[in-house]
Amino acid sequence: MPTNEVIQGLGLDDYKFGFVTDSEPVFRTRPGLDAEIVRQISERKDEPEWMLKRRLKALRIYDAKPMPDWGGDLSELQETLDQTYFYVKPQEQMERSWDDVPENIKQTFERLGIPEAERKLLAGVGAQYDSEMVYHSLKEEWESKGVIFDSIEDGLRNHPELFRKHFGTVIPAADNKFAALNSAVWSGGSFVYIPPGVELETPLQAYFRVNQERLGQFERTLIIADEGSRAHYIEGCTAPVYSTDSFHSGVIEIIVNRDAFFRYTTIQNWSNNMYNLVTQRARVHRGAHMEWLDGNLGSKLTMKYPSCYLMEEGAHGEIMSIAYAGDGQHQDTGGKVIHVAPNTSSSIVSKSISKGTGRSSYRGLCKVYDGATNAKSNVECDALLINETSRTDTFPYIEIDERSASVGHEATVSKVGDEQLFYLMSRGMDEAEAMALIVRGFIEPIAKELPLEYAVELNRLIELEMEGSVG
Amino acid sequence: MNDAAILSVAGLRAKVADEDLHILKGVDLVIRPGEVHAIMGPNGSGKSTLAKVVAGHPAYEATGGSVTFRGEDLLDMEPDERSQAGVFMAFQYPVEIPGVSIANFLRTSLQARLEDDEELDLFDFQELLMERMELLDTDPSFAQRPVNDGFSGGEKKRNEILQMAVLKPSLALMDETDSGLDIDALKIVAQGVNTLRQENPDMSVLLITHYQRILNYIIPDMVHVMFKGRIVESGGPEVAMELEARGYEEYRKAHVA
Repeated sequence: MPTNEVIQGLGLDDYKFGFVTDSEPVFRTRPGLDAEIVRQISERKDEPEWMLKRRLKALRIYDAKPMPDWGGDLSELQETLDQTYFYVKPQEQMERSWDDVPENIKQTFERLGIPEAERKLLAGVGAQYDSEMVYHSLKEEWESKGVIFDSIEDGLRNHPELFRKHFGTVIPAADNKFAALNSAVWSGGSFVYIPPGVELETPLQAYFRVNQERLGQFERTLIIADEGSRAHYIEGCTAPVYSTDSFHSGVIEIIVNRDAFFRYTTIQNWSNNMYNLVTQRARVHRGAHMEWLDGNLGSKLTMKYPSCYLMEEGAHGEIMSIAYAGDGQHQDTGGKVIHVAPNTSSSIVSKSISKGTGRSSYRGLCKVYDGATNAKSNVECDALLINETSRTDTFPYIEIDERSASVGHEATVSKVGDEQLFYLMSRGMDEAEAMALIVRGFIEPIAKELPLEYAVELNRLIELEMEGSVG
Repeated sequence: MNDAAILSVAGLRAKVADEDLHILKGVDLVIRPGEVHAIMGPNGSGKSTLAKVVAGHPAYEATGGSVTFRGEDLLDMEPDERSQAGVFMAFQYPVEIPGVSIANFLRTSLQARLEDDEELDLFDFQELLMERMELLDTDPSFAQRPVNDGFSGGEKKRNEILQMAVLKPSLALMDETDSGLDIDALKIVAQGVNTLRQENPDMSVLLITHYQRILNYIIPDMVHVMFKGRIVESGGPEVAMELEARGYEEYRKAHVA
């Protein structure tokens, strides 16, 4: 959830408005990016010298790397970047009141059935959050088990050795241009450590951290699930996110140690002016299990390929993703699984929906290194096209250097057909209701993995989207 | 026009939507409450098209004549409006909807009948569904399966009848429901229809079929023979028996002559 003082775009096709509130940020850097700005960011955060050096090095890498020429259309991105404020310190206390939130936004929340307390949070109204009590009791439980769940800034401040040992080890700055950018200007995000053997039943939810620095444009998250631990982290929400920013570039690093189980769920619905370029990767050790559950809605262009690096014997990785591309949007998403060790296994299930002039691309990589004997991987990607103008592509890259590996790939493209629509309409549903039911059925295998409240919101959102899709 | 008619088709002409090809060339038909009408005819005679035009299939376009359902102009209504008015079509080839359970599908169908601000009571629905499944001697687990996904021919038809039982139409259009069914499945379908007719004696049925066989189990009040887009003969159940014995040859000769 972005922090910003300006609210813009609902991500829903029907809404293309923006508004600005009077409140000024406490501090922000000037537009654009150079070493001076990186220094300012680091100074503001009162960071140790090593982090500043890292940031500056990352900036040099960023400057040296060319803009990617694959995936989506990034030709206008530089212009956006030149106007971007790379660091905005949010207000300590939000002073906007619920009365200031425009009526049409309130109505959308109402239609989405978002609880009152959460609406206020999403609209950037700094009200008491009802979950605070819940959060406090959970926090006590976490602390008694030695779990660390902090903002990334507090992580660096309070756990410097643990932080330094792991930061940037899964996704080094040199990984790609946007990982370099994030490494130079990161701000906001979570730091999580689950000690050996600790099992958490209640998911760690990023929105509980409301009183701390919230997720920003360049959020950075570092998670370490130590040996034999089990946990689930949830970030984001299906409700439209308002932001001034038209650029979001996060980095999520996860280390899943021996025999641990970790699931990372994120559902995001960006406003449709947004470039959303995210790198998320997990390093999975012996016998450990990592799952990415990833939902991408909205944005102008999303490029996001959650990855599992299966480094040791018996490691397992799963990637489940849903992408929804509405009018004028491009979702270039998928997953990467890298098999480095013997008896590793992985699965990717990707479902995309394209509506109107929307375009969804599945882009995936399955790589099996020599020596990763008996590695198994299965990839399934299904695309659903709503209109004649909708588009989908599939780019499955498979690189196998190991004879005993077994890799399966299956891709389907289906169109919502007249016959299917007529069947549902002949039972009394109107065209939009029929369309929504077909779409819900299509994503059901992944939606059923979501926490209930997310699944419900996602369903409502699909209904809203389908209302404008027919005719 | 007969005021007592539930469905009244007069001079109906219809063509394939994107082509000039006329399939119905002036069809007249009157069905009263509680009546069962069978329409028989060779392949391509237009019998299935008639059912689809009545239900509002977008692949066909009515170009002349009228279809009146309980006094309302059906041709002016969308397929969902026709359904909500009480028309139900059992499909010859029911469509698969992966990921959507029969229960969810039916709940959505019933919810669609309510006003926007009304919410279908889930417990009431569950009760209704269970009662309907019991009536048709269907295992409760059936409702949890995704609609027609991986179903056998018989299961698909059973699903159509279950939907009919839940939606309680006043006119059921059965589009070659018997095709591709073995005798056991055929009996199940026929029993289902008969059970629903017993429950609601005013429910009318328009049965499109290729074969006389199903008429042994669902006894029609009237049988019509369709040929080249027109009804060429109408009568009692004996018409079906004669057809079974003689085939469509004489209509072909008559048409050529």
